[in-house]
Amino acid sequence: MSTLSHFFALSGEAAAFFRMGGYAGYVWPAYAVFFVVLIADNVAPRLRRRRILRELRGRLARQVARERRSPSSTPAP
Amino acid sequence: MAKWIPLWLHKLGSPPTFYRFAGAVRPWAMGLALLFGVIGLYGGLVLAPPDYQQGDAYRIIFIHVPSAWMSMFVYAVMGVSGFIALVWRLKLAEVVAMESAPIGAAFAFITLATGSLWGKPMWGTWWTWDARLTSELVLLFLYLGVIGLYHAFEDRRQGARAASFLAIIGVINVPIVHYSVVWWNTLHQGSTVSIFGHSKMPWEMLWPLLAMTLATKCYYAASLCRRARTDILALESGKDWVREIAQAEAAR
Repeated sequence: MSTLSHFFALSGEAAAFFRMGGYAGYVWPAYAVFFVVLIADNVAPRLRRRRILRELRGRLARQVARERRSPSSTPAP
Repeated sequence: MAKWIPLWLHKLGSPPTFYRFAGAVRPWAMGLALLFGVIGLYGGLVLAPPDYQQGDAYRIIFIHVPSAWMSMFVYAVMGVSGFIALVWRLKLAEVVAMESAPIGAAFAFITLATGSLWGKPMWGTWWTWDARLTSELVLLFLYLGVIGLYHAFEDRRQGARAASFLAIIGVINVPIVHYSVVWWNTLHQGSTVSIFGHSKMPWEMLWPLLAMTLATKCYYAASLCRRARTDILALESGKDWVREIAQAEAAR
């Protein structure tokens, strides 16, 4: 971890914090997994919501177009 | 439905009302989750002293243990709402059960991954087929099974009922995970924190752990609200109130 500390030009307390008593290679990846998984859990439903509404708008637009073409023959689904 | 159920609960069961309710709850739950999370992480990573045996490696506990608790808690919620979905055929109970599964799977995965990263420096191995680890892995597979079974059906409600049935059967695994360290001789340590009685942990380490536990609980509430809202939109996409939302979001 000393290379990383040098890279960020950290010294003293901050460097000691990031070194995690020599366990930095285990502690920080564990925290990274925690945050990455939870962020993914947050993003997935956002994308799904956008897709659902986009598809619904497409369906509605097609329905309107169909009704305009033949006002009487197509019943609403 | 029975008379003893209050009217507001009846109303909450209707999808558009629940959609608005979950939308109002979500930002508060997420705000509390972030607040408790920041406090807990500061307490756990900065303020808490290193462990006399494990040094700083023990700091993984502040995410590992809350995630493990949540993986069991979410399963219990999924089992109960799955039961309600099967018995009373409540659409909303199906939604809560099925949308809990991915969140629970996420927490089970975090538990296993962080536990592995903690096990390597402390036990000398990433993985061992020990009772606690194996039962937690089974819990993850149960979540994945529920998700898979749900998506295997053409009809979503039929899939939700089949998956709810699997979820209920799998509830048997939750006490097995919890008591595995008592029933079997395992490499995994026993419970450090107990709700009733004395916790074997100094206060400076205990309060960040409890703060992180609250943070993960609030996070689950927030994530469930978001997922349930999305799922309700998909289920009710033929209804007028969902069309209005779709048109309103297009205008933005």
